Amino acid sequence: MSARERIPEEIAQLHAYVDGELDPEARREVELRLGQDSEARRAVADYTALRDALGALYGPIADEPVPPDLLLGSRRPRRRWLRWSGALAAGLVIGILAGWGGWQLRGLEGELASEENYVVREAAMAYAVYTPEVRHPVEVDRSQEQHLIAWLTKRLGAPVKAPHLDRLGFELMGGRLLATEEGPGALFMYQDASGRRVTLYVCLNDERKTTSFRFDRYRGVSVFYWLDEHFSYAVAGDLDRSELLRLAEEVYSQVAV
Amino acid sequence: MRSLEPEVGRLLAAQIPRLRRYARALTADPDEADDLVQDCLERGWSRIHLWKSGTDLRAWLFTIMHNLYVNGVKRRAARPESGPLPASHHDPRSMGQEHGLNLRDVERGLAQLSPELRSVLLLVCVEGMSYREVAQVLGVPEGTVMSRLHRARERMRRWFDGDTGPALRRVK
Repeated sequence: MSARERIPEEIAQLHAYVDGELDPEARREVELRLGQDSEARRAVADYTALRDALGALYGPIADEPVPPDLLLGSRRPRRRWLRWSGALAAGLVIGILAGWGGWQLRGLEGELASEENYVVREAAMAYAVYTPEVRHPVEVDRSQEQHLIAWLTKRLGAPVKAPHLDRLGFELMGGRLLATEEGPGALFMYQDASGRRVTLYVCLNDERKTTSFRFDRYRGVSVFYWLDEHFSYAVAGDLDRSELLRLAEEVYSQVAV
Repeated sequence: MRSLEPEVGRLLAAQIPRLRRYARALTADPDEADDLVQDCLERGWSRIHLWKSGTDLRAWLFTIMHNLYVNGVKRRAARPESGPLPASHHDPRSMGQEHGLNLRDVERGLAQLSPELRSVLLLVCVEGMSYREVAQVLGVPEGTVMSRLHRARERMRRWFDGDTGPALRRVK
């Protein structure tokens, strides 16, 4: 530390006073001094006002829901494209044209696949985050199934169903509301007699596209997913593919419109 | 390895809200902030073996984030003594006068601090870290934390009182 970096003790005390770093005795000493020293009093008032203002400005950010793609440090797509709106305003049309050409080359199939990828990612992450929970695997458990369905239907704005998979040995545990790329989503969790868990992820399918079953794996989690009328569905689990497919088919048969 | 992942994942995930807050305040840009958080989590995840279980995971992650941020600033090498110009992303309704300071002015004042002053101010005033914790996160002596804190606060005072900044409305 260079000498330049040291500040006088009496000034350091004022900061320590504002930041609650002093023991009671030292606090009393500073307060005595504040009674006599108007310059120190002004400094403490300003430092305190600034501390309060910074807390008011940034404190609430920690209460915001965490975007699901940030959970588990997954590789989420960078959101820099959002800034394209700014670039457009600045007249950087060449970049946009180049980007457009890229899209054309990728073709419809690629475009569709990339749009669905977030479903796989979010479904796999929701599985990885919530199924290890011992005490709070679900927000609302199956004893309140009617309430759960009514609540999720209201939040998603379309009729949500919780399929029953007992026939295949998996019992509904309950569900929760999720934050997804498409807004509010739902997650249902199931468990078999040996404690294996699978999840059904449901998010909105605003474009009303319909697809067949697709299979993908993300960070070790197997996912069957499809789009059907209102929703995208994804069944995720650490099961072998044929077993997971049976579950997905059962879900499909119960939720199909 | 597989069985360890959910546990460590939960520990890391629990830190995300505060990491996002610090990143947002540092960068004044929600997208850049979440990119920074993601870089931090990826690095934390890939180096989790370097974290000593039982020690302060939060401080460890904040150190990673701070270094990523500083390196990013150096790479951009725009203006070493000035941060990004903030676009305000805050609801105007939250800019109450009860703190005596207009919060948008505070945000603008913060942006004209150098990254090293801004980070000390935020770690102390927003994250509520002790001087010792800040010294640990930044890897500098406590005396340096104190002097940066003093410089940051005095610059903010000048920003509010000076010709360039808005007038400081004092409470009390």
